[in-house]
Amino acid sequence: MSGPGTIGWFARHEARLAWRDWMSLLTAGRRRRIRVVALGFMGFAVFMHGLAYLMFGSAAHLADPPDATTLLVITGALAAGWSLMLSQALESVTRAFYARGDLELILTSPAAAARLFAVRIAAMAMTIVIMALLLAAPFINVLVWFGGARWLGAYAAAVALAMDATAAAVVVTIALFHAIGPRRTRGISQILAAVIGAGFAIAMQIGAILSFGTIPNIPAPRMASALVGAPDGNSPLWWPARAVLGEPLALAALLVLSLAALVATIAVFAPRFGQLALAASGAPPSVPRPGRRRSRFRASSPAWALRHKEWTLLARDPWLMSQTLMQLLYLLPAALLLWRNFQGGGASALVVPILIVAAGQLGGGLAWLAVSGEDAPDLIASAPVPAARVFRAKTEAVVGGIVVIFAPFIAMLAIATPFAALITLAFIMIAAASATAIQYWFRTQGRRCLFRRRQTSSRIATFAEALSSTFWAGTGALAAAGTWLAVVPGVIVLMVLAVAWMISPARSPAVA
Amino acid sequence: MGHIATTSGGDFSLCAIERPELALETRDLGKRFERPAVEGLDLTVHAGEFYTLLGPNGAGKTTTLRMVTGLLKPDRGTISVFGIDALTDPIGARRIMAWVSDEPMIYEKLTPLEYLAFVAGLWAVDSDTAAARARDLLSWLGLTPNADERCERLSKGMRQKVALAGALVHDPKLIILDEPLTGLDAASSRVVKEVLRDRIRDGCSVIMTTHILDVAERMADRIGVMADGKLIADGTLDDLRRQAGSGHASLEDTFLALVARDAAAA
Repeated sequence: MSGPGTIGWFARHEARLAWRDWMSLLTAGRRRRIRVVALGFMGFAVFMHGLAYLMFGSAAHLADPPDATTLLVITGALAAGWSLMLSQALESVTRAFYARGDLELILTSPAAAARLFAVRIAAMAMTIVIMALLLAAPFINVLVWFGGARWLGAYAAAVALAMDATAAAVVVTIALFHAIGPRRTRGISQILAAVIGAGFAIAMQIGAILSFGTIPNIPAPRMASALVGAPDGNSPLWWPARAVLGEPLALAALLVLSLAALVATIAVFAPRFGQLALAASGAPPSVPRPGRRRSRFRASSPAWALRHKEWTLLARDPWLMSQTLMQLLYLLPAALLLWRNFQGGGASALVVPILIVAAGQLGGGLAWLAVSGEDAPDLIASAPVPAARVFRAKTEAVVGGIVVIFAPFIAMLAIATPFAALITLAFIMIAAASATAIQYWFRTQGRRCLFRRRQTSSRIATFAEALSSTFWAGTGALAAAGTWLAVVPGVIVLMVLAVAWMISPARSPAVA
Repeated sequence: MGHIATTSGGDFSLCAIERPELALETRDLGKRFERPAVEGLDLTVHAGEFYTLLGPNGAGKTTTLRMVTGLLKPDRGTISVFGIDALTDPIGARRIMAWVSDEPMIYEKLTPLEYLAFVAGLWAVDSDTAAARARDLLSWLGLTPNADERCERLSKGMRQKVALAGALVHDPKLIILDEPLTGLDAASSRVVKEVLRDRIRDGCSVIMTTHILDVAERMADRIGVMADGKLIADGTLDDLRRQAGSGHASLEDTFLALVARDAAAA
């Protein structure tokens, strides 16, 4: 047993906290859910193995030695995976910097804080390794089953890449910290994390659209032209791909270099991590720019006051704004498709449901902020405004925000097909209003900084929200196509909403 | 203040004539969570009165006040605020009430002035009146230099003062405060107390919970003591001393004697 203040002691402390955090994330604090979560994991594993079989079942047998195309494809897949790991690592490092938590306790204690931060950086790497293995394992298992034991190298390669991603994330965050200061680093690094995470997939989609004029099911870069500029087969650039294929030398080199990168990062930055984190958590909030002084007091209704408040709060929180609007990144390919096809009406069939789904999801996020993320719930509840009016005002705030955000897309669609644009606008509003209603029925008060974890408060609400936006998208797409079949998904989504309402806690309010 | 909650003895008609308007009256108020939080509470606060509710942690003070403000639905009983049934007409009751909790209910990203404009909007206060009141309140509370600064940059004391200004901007007849002095420095605490005294002079009624017994002793017209969800004593300081049999003891000694007696009886 290691004594207090040692690395082992800190590691046990961190492991306990991490375990409880994970359990709380998975079970939302309800121990009875553990069995359901375990079953869910098993179902997910079976599904992922099936998916991996469909995708790679017949591609596991490769030429030995591998040709340039194989190496390029594997390298591309690793780059995509690594970008996701880096994104997650950036998130973790930023969280570690800005969550005040126990920093002051640790830094004012006689224990060597550097040890704790060494453990914390290692724990971040471990978390990313686990996540990477969870997602990659089904694919690797299928490849091993059908292609032989050589593919086991992919497990070690995933571990190595996760260590690299953690080291890179620490370096990037600290570089940002020094370059732009603690105040701006938080927002920028989280935006960076989201952009890196989404960027690769979006770039592939946009590349494919520009090449072929449609969104492909599987990204199909122009292999031949890519191979022209690719390095020769002995280049270290292919080492990760060769490591995945089980080549011992490449695998050993990748593991040793990755481990060295992580250890060096820990050795260099762990002793400074505490002071930097403390500086970050003590960074003063943004100073508002001096703007026009105008009277804030105007003849207004309570509903106007509520709407205005929601929009002001959202506009003034760049982190929340980035988190909510990040979903719009996924609309870029759709916008590009619209732009390329704006003279014809062919794109609308694809774009209408995408816009409606995005509006539903974005509406859910905004609704959570407006309803569950209310900073002064008691003030609103003790105001002489009926609950129904508060709900209506908040719904209007959410729907209004969504309409403003989606206006450019609607305008572009209107140039191509005005009827489809009108239908899309209507269903965007309906989807956003439905998401708000679901959030209202299942509301559980939470701080706005917990926005990213809002799904854990109610799985039913999350599920209902996803179903609602999906079926409204189907209804909108069919309505835009002018078919009465639109009634079918329309009825289904109304049933989903009815069931959600019936099982929601809102039916038995504890608060007057 | 000289208000007398006379129900005992004397001429009935005289009593009816002299009986002051009631700011708050609860009858048989009850709320149960895992165990009873408030049991059969009969509480009376007169108009223009500063009433302080004391009690050990978990006595049911906050639950009581949250029920009065409509934040919590009682399991049983009635609540009347200036004659308005707060359970059947909650909006009417809220219109004349203000609630200040120990944790300031403000928005980090709004400035104090914007916050007051928002609260005024919720209570549908005329914009000119609200602007004038906000200006006065901010000046009074020493917040004018911070009027256009976002609340996230303000200290805890300043935030509490902003919350108090929000409670006063719609000119309530009944102000309910739950531990409003918690965490305030001496200067902020004094300002808050002065503001409350001033509102009392203007005819407003105040109900406040606090653990700072000196404040209760100096400010309250009447004091209620709760324990285990029940009102175990109620009246002026002298009334409490008589009930506790504590002679000329301080409120602290009197309070502790009352709570100890109740615990022993239980």
